[in-house]
Amino acid sequence: MAENEFDFSELEKRLGVNRRTFLKFCTGVAASLGLPTSAAVAMAEAVADPKKRPPVIWLHGQECTGPTEALLRSEQPTLEHLILDLISLDYHQTLDSGAGHQVEDMKKKSMHENKGQYLLVIEGAIPEKDNGIYCKIAGETMTDLTREAAEHAAAIVAYGSCASWGGVQSASPNPTGATGAPQFLKDKTVLTIPGCPPNPANFIGSVLYFVTFGKLPPIDDKGRPKWAYGRLIHENCYRRPHFDAGRFATEFGDEGHKKGWCLYKMGCKGPETYNNCSSLEYNNIGGQVWPVGVGHPCFGCSEKGVGFNKPLFSLAEVITHTPPNMFPTIEDRQDTGGLTAGAAALAGAAVGAAIGATAMSAKKLDETQNDSNTDKS
Amino acid sequence: MKRRNFLKTSLGGTVSAAAALGGTVHARANLEPAPEAVGMLFDSTLCVGCKACVTKCKQVNEMPPVIEGEHTAWDSARDLSGDTLNVIKVYQNGNSATKDVEINGFCFEKRSCMHCVDPGCVSVCPTTSMQRNPLTGIVTHHPDTCIGCRNCMVGCPYNVPQFQYNEVFGQIQKCQMCNQKGVERIDNGQMTGCAEVCPTGATLFGPRKLLLQEAKQRMALKKGDTYNYPRGDISKPDNYYEKEVSDYKQHIWGEKEAGGTNVMHVSAVSFDKLGMPPLGERSAPSVVEGVQHTLYSYLALPAMALAGLTYTVKKNTSDHDDDDGGES
Repeated sequence: MAENEFDFSELEKRLGVNRRTFLKFCTGVAASLGLPTSAAVAMAEAVADPKKRPPVIWLHGQECTGPTEALLRSEQPTLEHLILDLISLDYHQTLDSGAGHQVEDMKKKSMHENKGQYLLVIEGAIPEKDNGIYCKIAGETMTDLTREAAEHAAAIVAYGSCASWGGVQSASPNPTGATGAPQFLKDKTVLTIPGCPPNPANFIGSVLYFVTFGKLPPIDDKGRPKWAYGRLIHENCYRRPHFDAGRFATEFGDEGHKKGWCLYKMGCKGPETYNNCSSLEYNNIGGQVWPVGVGHPCFGCSEKGVGFNKPLFSLAEVITHTPPNMFPTIEDRQDTGGLTAGAAALAGAAVGAAIGATAMSAKKLDETQNDSNTDKS
Repeated sequence: MKRRNFLKTSLGGTVSAAAALGGTVHARANLEPAPEAVGMLFDSTLCVGCKACVTKCKQVNEMPPVIEGEHTAWDSARDLSGDTLNVIKVYQNGNSATKDVEINGFCFEKRSCMHCVDPGCVSVCPTTSMQRNPLTGIVTHHPDTCIGCRNCMVGCPYNVPQFQYNEVFGQIQKCQMCNQKGVERIDNGQMTGCAEVCPTGATLFGPRKLLLQEAKQRMALKKGDTYNYPRGDISKPDNYYEKEVSDYKQHIWGEKEAGGTNVMHVSAVSFDKLGMPPLGERSAPSVVEGVQHTLYSYLALPAMALAGLTYTVKKNTSDHDDDDGGES
């Protein structure tokens, strides 16, 4: 096995995790990305090699720091160590121990030294209105900071709905002109991890992919990694059978709600929101912990034009790519063949009677013939 | 009887029948909608194919699910049948990418009784087992008097009444708008089961007049507008579904087709693609009943025809009696 050839002793020291736990984590991430076990080994090697760790510049715009907070609360105890050691986090306004000019200088230095190699993570929306004066860090506007950092970045990741498409502050009337990173950096490819807050697993998986293979995972037209956002929540939802059978909860606490029926009629946005909440749930807490799991309709937080735009309890647009083949077509006709038990019993009785009658008449005929034979002899 | 004589006799009968008609037959006009006609409006652009209406219909009418194939977990009726009064079907074209589009699109269509204003099934029923309620216009079936001739199945342009072929004592089954004996939802001030459970208001219940008004209003909407679609009962609108308007075909099925229907359909896909039959504005009963009812009024014509036949036969047989002797 490849991992035997690799020295993990330094990694154990650095991360405070043993080899077994670490490989387990990498295998889990690879599996959720739909990659083979060999990829997990490659990932482990990439992470264990400190030379491969990409420097990361992490910018905060208009947001609540929810994505970072969610990331910090990842279920696996070693995850925060891992994410801090997996990448070389050179600049992060929430997590940096330093402050003021010290960190700003550090950032400039790192960006200069690692030109074209660092990973830029943007968290939060970028207000464009009035020359971007609505969000300033260290005396510079977010628009300038983003442009500056994006110019020589190896890859750009927009983490959270705010960075992906504007989030809550981009909702009408959007007084600050908040926009997402892909809309702001029109000429760059931006990987987006939308969600409010986004599932850290989607971020870690994509970053590990980047660290391992040196490129971003396959993305869709909105920049979302396909492995995480390829399907509607509705498609994998465990309440889906209730939708298909027409069983809907209509208000909180009613019979259907207590029985765990589909929440579509209460305004669940699962049918128009692309995310993997229904299969991954949230932050590996387990116990069906995610909105629909705990009985609340999906808010569509990760979908542009849905979350913060549509009223919470208004009905979702059902995006069905291809209607399920269980629907009869217009031309279909019902097969009227097949008998019910009653009809079969009746038919059986009739056949039985006929056989009985034939047998009896045959017997009688026999007797008559016998009689005539006797007469003749 | 020789061939020549047979033809002569037949001709005699026909001539006397024609004579009895004694003039042109006047077809009646289409029936008008019942004074307090209730109906439903099915909007295909709102239907998301959840089949809540199918499930509720089975519940209300106490009908068993139709299980097709060994691996089907739940009701999978292909069409209306003796066990299914309401079914959601799908129209698919090409890659079925977009909803409510004819080419490379798909949409859902409901099949259930249309509750014709001038129903064919009522017209052809020899025992008045099919009736149109004079007040509500609901087309009902009364199994007590039904003789099982299944004329209604032929008389319906939408292939709605269905016979329970698989049952020992099968009956005709059709949607009676949840108002049959023992259910009586409409009489109790409720709406139909399917309209009650529909999450989007694709099946909307209410007086025909209001529904027609609503349908016309929808025809006037522009694609891309936002419209508040009422759900449940249009006369008691308590909740709405806000949705972007689809590209409606300017056609309200059931406004005029064959005299109109109480259950009307609107859609973004043309109705011939959704399996609706080509129907004119005249109802079949209005044309046919004119002829039939004239022919059979007071049984005058059959009596005349019989008289003519008897006369011809008598005349011809007396001629031949001598030639043929007593041969029968």
